Order: sequence, then structure tokens, then C-alpha cells
Amino acid sequence: MRIKSPTLRWLVAGSFAAGLGWSSTLPADTPAPITLGYLGMERPDDREPLSVLAPVLDDEGLQGARLGINDNNATAQFLDQEFVLHEAEVAQGDDVGEALQGLIDQGADWIVSGLPAEALLEVMAHPALGDRVVFNAGTPDDALRGESCHPNLYHTTPSRRMLADALAQFLGYKQWERWALVYGNTDEDRILAETLKAAAERYGHRIVGDKMWPHDPMARRAEGGFHAIQREIPVFVQDLPEHDVLVIADETDYFGEYFPFQTWAPRPVVGTQGLVATAWHRAHESWGAVQLQRRFEKLADRWMTPRDFAAWLAVRSLGEAAARTGSVDRETVIDYMLGEEFELAGYLGLPVSYRTWNHQLRQPILVTGPRMVASVSPQEGYLHPRTPLDSLGADEGESPCRF
Amino acid sequence: MPLLSQLTTPAGRHATLGLTLGILLIWPLVAQAERIFVSNEKDNTVSVIDGETLEVVETISVGRRPRAMAFSSDGSELFVAVGDDEAIDMIDLETLQVVRSQSSGDDPEVIRVDPNRPYLYVSNEDDNIVSVLDYEARTLVTEIPVGVEPEGLGISPDGRWLIATTETSNMAHIIDAEAMEAVHHRLVGARPRHAEFTHDGREAWVSSEIAGMVSILDMEETFDVKHTIRFDVPGVPRETVQAVGVVLTSDGRYAFVALGPSNRVAVIDQQTYEVLDYILVGQRVWHLALNGDESRLYTTNGVSGDVTVIEVDGLRAVKSIPVGRFPWGVIVEP
Repeated sequence: MRIKSPTLRWLVAGSFAAGLGWSSTLPADTPAPITLGYLGMERPDDREPLSVLAPVLDDEGLQGARLGINDNNATAQFLDQEFVLHEAEVAQGDDVGEALQGLIDQGADWIVSGLPAEALLEVMAHPALGDRVVFNAGTPDDALRGESCHPNLYHTTPSRRMLADALAQFLGYKQWERWALVYGNTDEDRILAETLKAAAERYGHRIVGDKMWPHDPMARRAEGGFHAIQREIPVFVQDLPEHDVLVIADETDYFGEYFPFQTWAPRPVVGTQGLVATAWHRAHESWGAVQLQRRFEKLADRWMTPRDFAAWLAVRSLGEAAARTGSVDRETVIDYMLGEEFELAGYLGLPVSYRTWNHQLRQPILVTGPRMVASVSPQEGYLHPRTPLDSLGADEGESPCRF
Repeated sequence: MPLLSQLTTPAGRHATLGLTLGILLIWPLVAQAERIFVSNEKDNTVSVIDGETLEVVETISVGRRPRAMAFSSDGSELFVAVGDDEAIDMIDLETLQVVRSQSSGDDPEVIRVDPNRPYLYVSNEDDNIVSVLDYEARTLVTEIPVGVEPEGLGISPDGRWLIATTETSNMAHIIDAEAMEAVHHRLVGARPRHAEFTHDGREAWVSSEIAGMVSILDMEETFDVKHTIRFDVPGVPRETVQAVGVVLTSDGRYAFVALGPSNRVAVIDQQTYEVLDYILVGQRVWHLALNGDESRLYTTNGVSGDVTVIEVDGLRAVKSIPVGRFPWGVIVEP
């Protein structure tokens, strides 16, 4: 069904302004709208979820941005403000600079990125960007929040480290302190394995052994695969030392789903599959989240994913700052976003806000099974002098980011 | 002291038992103590607490996800918003049975009763509207558009103004109850949950859960926020201080604000807006209600599944009463 095109594809040529007709009711002297551009990248062909139950999505992130625009405009109608979204998606290997330029030509003053880390770095270095702000709603890469950080780059998606810390706190609460680690053969998984080790050290866990799963990512759709898996996995994990949990690092979802119930020792599987730490999940319904889930499903006709949530948070951050300051001026809005007063309701029980030292959104992290939320981190008892939320991810003193 | 005098009342009543026996036989409810109703969001029940013994005497089965409650103007029925059934259950206060149910639109959470007309105002979170129902004619009167996720509703004592708070727009929408239209929109703190008018109708107090503050709106002239109250509970993380339920004493002396997961109720001077005290109650305190003579304050504590009884004179928590799972709203029979 997907339209193939060798060059950059424009999903929507025009703008996406609420779709509810509010823009037309604004008085004639309305100030210029706040124009955002969503910049996404096509999903790699070989990257599909391992489980056939998980839908293959080609509009992840984008739908969250669209809902954010709707929500912003529902408030903006009372404040004589208006938000407009332009959308662009680049194919794998295509020039993100061209797509960025296209969005800017259409008037985009703020960019919401669903791009992977490398492409996002290209955008940040592109001359067309000027001093526009980019919200990273696509990659958990810690380097982008650390040594490669940028003063105009904000992160609404949690970093790998935040997710690892959130899981480590929950496992600490459970006193499941001996971890065996199995990680994938991608660069992302090797980085995640290192991040998990750092989180384990911070929260007093011990990684008793680790192994790389050498699975070939091409062979994921073999009929009757479980016959082999049922024999292969117990043997693979049999030589790991005695542990409380088996931690899986498989961000691209090419083998981790095989592990639950196939382990040698009867141990829970956690990490990127099994019990996971994530910014958003369909099973989350507390703190009014059910309202956001319903609004999203009405709009997108599918469940909201963590990437949709990150894009929604980015657009809502702007909406909140513009409403509070009554301004569309970039500096005024940014000053407010970084200030003490900024508090965004993210349906996670605690207000979310930006860390001044690396522009990462501090946020509670869900710890959830496939069908039910188990907990939300930070866990009770993990203290921090500023806010318990800063016990997740790189803290002010340790972040290598210098603006 | 009010607690002691209440406890001695039953003995006094015994002395006059013979005299009142005839009346009791005709209408036994007259002799009943004050009743407190608590909606248990996860149990689909309403607990009935006896105001004298402070024990649960009845548990009423209602629809799914009961939250806000209100009495009909004639005091004969208790209305309960049952969110997952998209309806308002109506409980006969004599039989304590659900006798009818009225369709309310999507996900009703908060309800208020008009003091002058048989109207019930319902916030429908999913549809960005406030529905107006006629609970006698059992019809939908109209729908009033507001911002994203309407939640809290407050109605002025004279019934002229209705306030709807919208959780995602972060606004208090001031609705002219005659014209049935929102005429003023004011930004308040993040995720506003509840609106309560002072008894003289001159102010409306709007609590904001995420911002952990109360905004006071001038309802006489400007309809603007004229004061903001913030809370700083010593030794408690700032994020857990979330303002939800608000009640105001009729003598204009105290305001009480439920502070959610900080497990405290704030006591505020209604005139100077000064925070006087924080009272430790159960976990995730959500809504509040004063009893008839305002000598006691009842709180619902969602996580600990109980109700805390606070003595207003002395500002002390004196008892916890276990109720159902996730108690949400509380209301005292007038």
C-alpha cells in the first residue's frame, strides 16, 4: 500500500489546521499563526515488529503532532492564536536538508523531528535551520543530549538512560538485583547494553553475565519458527550465571520477543521486551490518560505509541508556552519553556518540564507488561534534591552537554 | 468540642424516645443520623456512612466507574455520574436503590445541579462540551462547547453562573446559565479540576491539579483571576502537591483544599488567602465535603481506600473509615 518514491515525499501538501473549523472563526486581526513542521523518515523496509499482532505503522509520530495541533487550537481559539502544521517525510537515504528546506519555505518556524539520530544531526548542522528550535521526538540517543547537544535542540522523547534508570528503579523496588543481559548485534543495542550497565551500577544491581544474540534480522518471518526457538533459547541462556531477571536489549525488535517463557531458569524477561520501560503505552489509563488515548484513537484510528506521544508533547509544549505568554515570539516562548513556571500536564501524574542543562523533558516513565501497566518510575524512595524526576537520566552535574 | 457534643446526642435522644416513637413509626428516616455518601470508582459502589457511628452502614451497587455525585433540588434523590456507562444513576434516598438512570453523553465525570431549575450540568471530557440535562423531563436541554477535556464544574449560589474547567486548555470557562453559553475564558493553573463558589457568590475558587495551586476568580466585575494560592508542604516533594477538591465554609472563615498524593488537606483563611495549616490524611486525597453544621470535614483518599474525618474546630483528623476501592467523591445528605 505504501507509495514508493525515490525522492522526498510530501504527505500533505497543505496545512493541517485543527480540522475543526476554528481557524475560520478567528477575527480578522489575528496575529500570524504559529507554524510547525513535522519532519519524519520512512520506516526501513526490513523493520517490522516481530509479533504479527503489532501493527506496522507508517505514520508514527506524525499523528501525535496532528493531535497536538488539534489540542492547541482548541485552546488557542479563545486566545486569538492559531497553530498550523506542515508535514514532510524523507525516504531512507534521501536528503533531509531538502525536506527541511521545504518545510521552512512553507513557513515552518518550529521543527518537530521524528528522525533517527544521524539524520537529526544533519538537520541541526544544516544552514537553512537558522536559529529555529527542533524538538527531538524520534531518537533516545544519549549523545544528542550529551556531547552532541545543541542549544536549539529539545528532547520530548526520553533518553535511553532515562528508560534504563526507570527500569532499574523498578527492579530495585522488586529486589531483583542480579541481571543476566542479552543484547542484539546492532549498534543501538550495543549502546543500550552499555546504558543498562550504567543504570545497574547507579542503582546497585549486578550484571552477572551478558551475551550477544547473533540473530540474522532477515529471517524473522519463518513459518513455525517456535520449533527451533523452543530448543535454541534455553540452550543459549543456560550458561548464564544464576540471576533474578533476564534483561533483553533489542531496540529494533528482531529477537527479544522470542525470550519470554523460553528461558532456561524460570525468570522474568525485562528490558525492550517483556516488562519494558516506556514513555507511553496503550494500557496506561491513569491521570486522565484515557482521554488522550481516546482523542488519539478517534483521530488516527490506531493506538498511540511512545513516538506519537513525544510528538504530541513537543507541540503541546509550544501551545502551553504560547498560551501562557500570550506571545508567538520565539524568544519569549523559549524563555517561558525553560523557566520555573513551565509545567505541562502529560497525563503521567506529575508535571513535565525541560531540564535547563540539556533540554531533555523530565517525565515519569511507565514500566509495563504487554497488556497491563505494572508501575511508574521514579519509584518511591529514590530521592533527589531537585525533583525525583531527575533521578532518571543524566543529572546536571554529570551531563557532558555544554551549550 | 463539636465532636463531643455530637457523641452525646444519642443519649439525649433516648430520653425523648417515647415522645417521638409515633413519628418514628410513620417516617423512620427522621431519626437517622446524617448520612455521608462516598463513590468508589473501582468498585462500582457508593458507600453510605452513618454520621454518628462513623461506620459504613450500606453499600449501594451502581453503574460502572462512579465519580461525582449531587442531590436533586428537592433532596429526594442522589445523582451519581457513572462514567463507563455514560449515564447518571439516580438513587432513591429512602430505599437506597438506583431507581432510574439517565443517559448523559460520553464519559460523565463531574455533575452539578441547578438551584432553580431541574437541570443537571455534566462535563463530557471526550467531547469538549458541558451537557445540560433536564432530570425531570429526562431530556437533553442543550450542549455548551468549551475547551479540551472539561472536568470541574461550579455553579453560583443564585444559579446565574456556571464555571467549567478544561484540563488540557487549562481554562476556567465562565458560562452564562441563562444564555447557556461560555462568555469569558480565563487561563488558570495546569490541569484545573474543580470550581467552587464562595457562599456569597462573589468569588470562585478553581483548583489546578498539576500546577498545585488555587486560582481565585472575581465573579462580580472582571471575572479575572484576582489571587493565586500556592502550597508548600514541608518535607513533601513539590510535584506531589496537587490541588483537587475544594470546600468553603458558609461563614467565610475557612477553605479546605485536597492536595492529592501529598496526602494533605490545606486549611486556608477564606478572607486573607493565607494557608493556615496542612492536615495529614489518607493517601491521594481527592474530594472533600463538610457536614450539615460544618463541624466535620470528610475526605476521600483514593489510594488508601478510606475516608478521613476531620474535626473542623481544632483542625484535627480524628478517624479513618475504610470504604471501597478508589473512593472518589463524597457528599453529605443535606
